[in-house]
Amino acid sequence: MSKDTFCLGGKEFTSRFILGSGKYSLDLIKAAVENAGAEIITLAVRRTNTKDTENILDYIPDNVTLLPNTSGARDAKEAVRIARMSRELGCGNFVKIEIMRDSKYLLPDNEETIKATEILANEGFVVLPYMYPDLYAARALQEAGAQAVMPLASPIGSNKGLATKEFIQILIDEIDLPIIVDAGIGKPSQACEAMEMGAAAIMCNTAIATARDIPSMAGAFKDAIEAGRKAHLAGLGRVLERGASASDPLTGFLRD
Amino acid sequence: MKENQYIINSDLLSKEELDKKHKLETDPSYRSDFMEYHDDMDRIDSNVMEQVIGHMDSYDPDSYTAADVKRALASEVCSIDDFKALLSPAAAPFLEQMAAKAKYETSKHFGNTVYIFTPLYIANYCENYCVYCGFNCYNQIRRKQLKYEEIEKEMKIIADSGIEEILILTGESKSKSPVDYIGEACKIARKYFKNIGLEIYPVNIDDYKYLHECGADYITVFQETYDRKKYESYHLMGPKRVWPYRFETQERALMGGMRGVGFSALLGLSNFRKDALASALHVYYLQRKYPHAEFSLSCPRLRPIVNNEKIDPLDVHEKELCQIICAYRIFMPFVGITVSSREVKSFRDGIVKIAATKVSAGVSTGIGDHESKYSGTDCEEVGDEQFEIADNRSFDAMYSDMSNNGLQPVLNDYVYV
Amino acid sequence: MIKINGEIIDKDTLKLTDYLAENNYKSTRIAIECNEEIVPKSMYESFILHSGDVVEIVSLVGGG
Repeated sequence: MSKDTFCLGGKEFTSRFILGSGKYSLDLIKAAVENAGAEIITLAVRRTNTKDTENILDYIPDNVTLLPNTSGARDAKEAVRIARMSRELGCGNFVKIEIMRDSKYLLPDNEETIKATEILANEGFVVLPYMYPDLYAARALQEAGAQAVMPLASPIGSNKGLATKEFIQILIDEIDLPIIVDAGIGKPSQACEAMEMGAAAIMCNTAIATARDIPSMAGAFKDAIEAGRKAHLAGLGRVLERGASASDPLTGFLRD
Repeated sequence: MKENQYIINSDLLSKEELDKKHKLETDPSYRSDFMEYHDDMDRIDSNVMEQVIGHMDSYDPDSYTAADVKRALASEVCSIDDFKALLSPAAAPFLEQMAAKAKYETSKHFGNTVYIFTPLYIANYCENYCVYCGFNCYNQIRRKQLKYEEIEKEMKIIADSGIEEILILTGESKSKSPVDYIGEACKIARKYFKNIGLEIYPVNIDDYKYLHECGADYITVFQETYDRKKYESYHLMGPKRVWPYRFETQERALMGGMRGVGFSALLGLSNFRKDALASALHVYYLQRKYPHAEFSLSCPRLRPIVNNEKIDPLDVHEKELCQIICAYRIFMPFVGITVSSREVKSFRDGIVKIAATKVSAGVSTGIGDHESKYSGTDCEEVGDEQFEIADNRSFDAMYSDMSNNGLQPVLNDYVYV
Repeated sequence: MIKINGEIIDKDTLKLTDYLAENNYKSTRIAIECNEEIVPKSMYESFILHSGDVVEIVSLVGGG
């Protein structure tokens, strides 16, 4: 059997776990990455006022692909600026577009995300847009040149799990791009379920960052994501329905 | 495996014609390249064909087991692989379960409605030599093309019977039945019907744009068989011989602004399981590309034609046909499925309760004979039929049969905007 | 008056490299935007800030 990999921007990945690096200390990042077996890690771009000597890049193993996000952007224009700066930071050409215009729920703005995706895809970025799972928006993102779509499972940072399950399933069924479930996954079992459904990968941060033992939780997610993937490939078994079947045969009319 | 004997030897052809006919039949090198577009044919950039062919060529129906079928029946979303299992011989013992699931899916998407329409053949001239077809250019039949007054007369008779949706058909002759002739027929039809479909020879995108402006909404073209080798051996001459141009018809129609498109293989021409798979995947991939459009599948089986009584659909019996239709429904719950008057009353009455959503009524596949068929009066100079029909119920009879079956007949549900 | 990362610097002109050196920035770890346009690293050496310029200096931090 050939190796089970997935492709983003011409790069092949074996791990289907995209690890976030927010909200925990730099010295735990290396252990988290290692336990997660992650090959992609997300980062944010921020003003450097502190001039401190510590830099997150020093804590990330070399073979890990950097995926800067555009958090902080409130519209397409700001997201484009942040993406360009991230490329200038030597992050390569991957970018996760994240545009939020609501500071209470932090829900992504699909319309602005589509605009930014088109601009950045045309500039040669590998664009992975974070989005609210809407079929039309996902199609528009595909059309705009996205390399994957990243629908949210529930509000970012909430750890509430697959609240949008039905809609994510629609994207998995209908969109010819990897569907990476992002935001809101709170437990390994939820990551596993999303993978069973046919998601290409899971992006997770807060569930790990707020766990008691961060590196251990990263490992638990790794196992869950792998199990879900295996189950998906194996083809889930049937569910027995209760109840009887029709008493009159439907096909009694057939001749020969 | 048994094969149909399609070739009809006619003593009415001139020696020259006969020689050409025989050469086409016996010498493959005498035929044109069936994968080569003619100069006047649009070429579109599309990857749908390779996706469909890829699945069809690698599909081995015998590799599926009962366990695969059970899993397919139990899964919530029917994957392409599940669909392949449902089309396989292993699914035959599960026909009743398939029917139950298909019925459930049909009722979810269509309730208990069934659409009724009628086809109207306006010409039977044809430039193609397709060996199984009654209209083929070498078959000695009475040819006719309706004049505009005759079209109007026929349409009026049909509309008076209560029908609101019409499917206009022609033989495949661009010279005898040009696009503007068909366009005029659409304009006349707009006066009498709420919904107009066309089943004519494949044309270019601009032609579809024009026909849409004339009032046509729906384009149906049968691929006949997706098996390229068989296709080549049955379609010996004429524009229809060009397999890829025919394959891309529905996509061109959608690009030209048509609202919906219909598909089918003519079951019995080749391996019906592969043809059914390809027909459905043709819909599947175009639906992903044009999600706004409407899609429908037909499932015609081969029928006897004028001058050849012996043509039959071989191994596609009613049970197999039912299996195909149930598999279509389970795989694509949202598509319309049409069952034509090629099938007998008992089959059509049964299948509309399971999966079919559209039936024809008051059908004649001849040219200009609706008056005689509807009123019983004799009419001279009608054109011969394309094939023999097996269910000649009138619109009224069909309407009451469907109602008595607990179904709700729908004549039209379009809103023109 | 020049604005860098929101901080106002009361100067009419300022050499970019002077500012970076003074504040211990490592040019390999930062990106600079002047009036919403990227300043490529190759131009740091010759880049001069003028009154009215708005500059952002950014680096990578943890994020999800």
